[in-house]
Amino acid sequence: MTPVLSVQGLQVAIGKGAHAANVLRGVSLDLQPGEVRGLVGESGAGKSMLGRAVLGLLPANAAITAGTITFAGRDLLAMGEPERRGLLGRSIALIPQDPMTSLNPVKRVGAQMALLLRHHLALSKREARERAADLLAEVAIREPRRVLELYPHEISGGMRQRVLIAMAFACDPVLVIADEPTTALDVTVQRQVLQLVERLRLRHGSAVLFITHDLGVVAKLCRTMTVLHAGRVLEEGETAEVLARPRHPYTRALLAATPRADRPAEALRPVPPALIESLWSEAYRLDRLAVVGTA
Amino acid sequence: MSDVLLRTGSLSFAYPQRTGLFRPPVPREVIRQIDLAVPRGSVLGLVGESGSGKTTLGRLLVRLLEPTSGGIQFDGVEIGHLSEAEMRPLRARIQMIFQDPQSSLNPRLRLGVTLTRPLQVHGRLQGRRDRRDRAAALLDLVGLPAAFVDRYPHELSGGQRQRAGIARALALEPDFIVADEIVSGLDVSTQAHILLLLRELRARLGLTLVFISHDLSVVRVLCDDVAILHHGEVVEYGPVARIFSSPQHVYTRQLLTAIPLPDVEPGWLDESNPFVAHQQGSAA
Repeated sequence: MTPVLSVQGLQVAIGKGAHAANVLRGVSLDLQPGEVRGLVGESGAGKSMLGRAVLGLLPANAAITAGTITFAGRDLLAMGEPERRGLLGRSIALIPQDPMTSLNPVKRVGAQMALLLRHHLALSKREARERAADLLAEVAIREPRRVLELYPHEISGGMRQRVLIAMAFACDPVLVIADEPTTALDVTVQRQVLQLVERLRLRHGSAVLFITHDLGVVAKLCRTMTVLHAGRVLEEGETAEVLARPRHPYTRALLAATPRADRPAEALRPVPPALIESLWSEAYRLDRLAVVGTA
Repeated sequence: MSDVLLRTGSLSFAYPQRTGLFRPPVPREVIRQIDLAVPRGSVLGLVGESGSGKTTLGRLLVRLLEPTSGGIQFDGVEIGHLSEAEMRPLRARIQMIFQDPQSSLNPRLRLGVTLTRPLQVHGRLQGRRDRRDRAAALLDLVGLPAAFVDRYPHELSGGQRQRAGIARALALEPDFIVADEIVSGLDVSTQAHILLLLRELRARLGLTLVFISHDLSVVRVLCDDVAILHHGEVVEYGPVARIFSSPQHVYTRQLLTAIPLPDVEPGWLDESNPFVAHQQGSAA
């Protein structure tokens, strides 16, 4: 089976020349059709950068220096801009982290949804409106027609995130990249949003790359997972297997440092700073080796 | 000396809410009839979701806000309606640590100055030499090197900044500290270090803490008692072990079951959760 997404040896650097710093150091990862993979890491691990590289939305000072990204067998990096743009929002969709800044504050919810639907699905104004209302109903928003008339600031954070999820799944995407979509939400709302992602990905048959720092979220939603640190994949596998028998010391340390509501305080073990230091110095050593190798 | 350092009785607070341009503001009650008793040397967790009133309650306890009704007793003294001047001698004993050290540490001051500013304000500094020594001692207390005296906040990592925020709160050797969501922005690896630091400081300095958080798992690590807030009311209040082993209130149970534990659990995503229907349709 051709993977939906295949990232091979991806290297991304920020800055130029002597000041360039690697943020991804040869990341490889495959996503099969319908697979839900958790991409776990702490801040600075490069997990968002990987998502942005796939979407072609790297910051202006970042560049891919090595590696390939293929989407359903097609080379995303060699593709022309128009072709790529045709995929984004349609075959490859994004659920962004921050529901507040990802919607246009001066446009009504309905107008924003209609724009997307008319662009990708060539619907008439009226059809787009109907479809938008259906989509809101699908994400369990009551009175969808009323919500279409509202501005983003008039609805709650949880509801804004529902709107963005509805938009992500609107065109039956093959791949959805979710970048920490529940981090800003209350736990009870987070659970509803995760339930929603699960229902929609099953209905639309999408594969999901779910970026998060929360091992709990991965455990509940993702069948497979990849642990990222300092731009390197430290461990990957079936979620059940990785969580029950983590092989890499970093994964073990993360699990031991995660406070758990079902365990007494004494169980908590902070990540040893020496472990983090040795992982970073290993990453820097790899950078130097790579420079020597190309010279 | 009583056993209870801080006690609230029917504590309530309302914000004035405008309903129209020419209509008088109507009070909107966000804290309702709260009774808490925090024993000396203990840690109380205040848990709630956004809009539950937990931050407002925290600000009332340190008297950044004045209650609309009800009282707050600190070490036997009623402080609920003291004036700013009357509060001043008590301010040194009551401190607050804020969620975001990035915005609560002055970016233009070296840590040495920021940490000792409270001492200066309360006239407890003797010259420049003393300032450096006191700042270094405070840094040491929170596990930061003395050389950080000359650093600016932007030169620190998130975890280090939060340690500096804790050090500043400790400068005046307070008995009582309210910590508002101080680990929520941190990575898991940093978070555990800060939680253990607080636990150690509390034992070493005999601190009494109110720890505000949206995260029940974090509360379990640090707190002796927990109060669960929902729409400005305490719906459940008791020892941490009891709340976690046999939660009584339906909302506490919902909060507990909504926490995704890092264990694979098929069925967790089933939408038969009764809470879903209840929470929906919160459009303004």
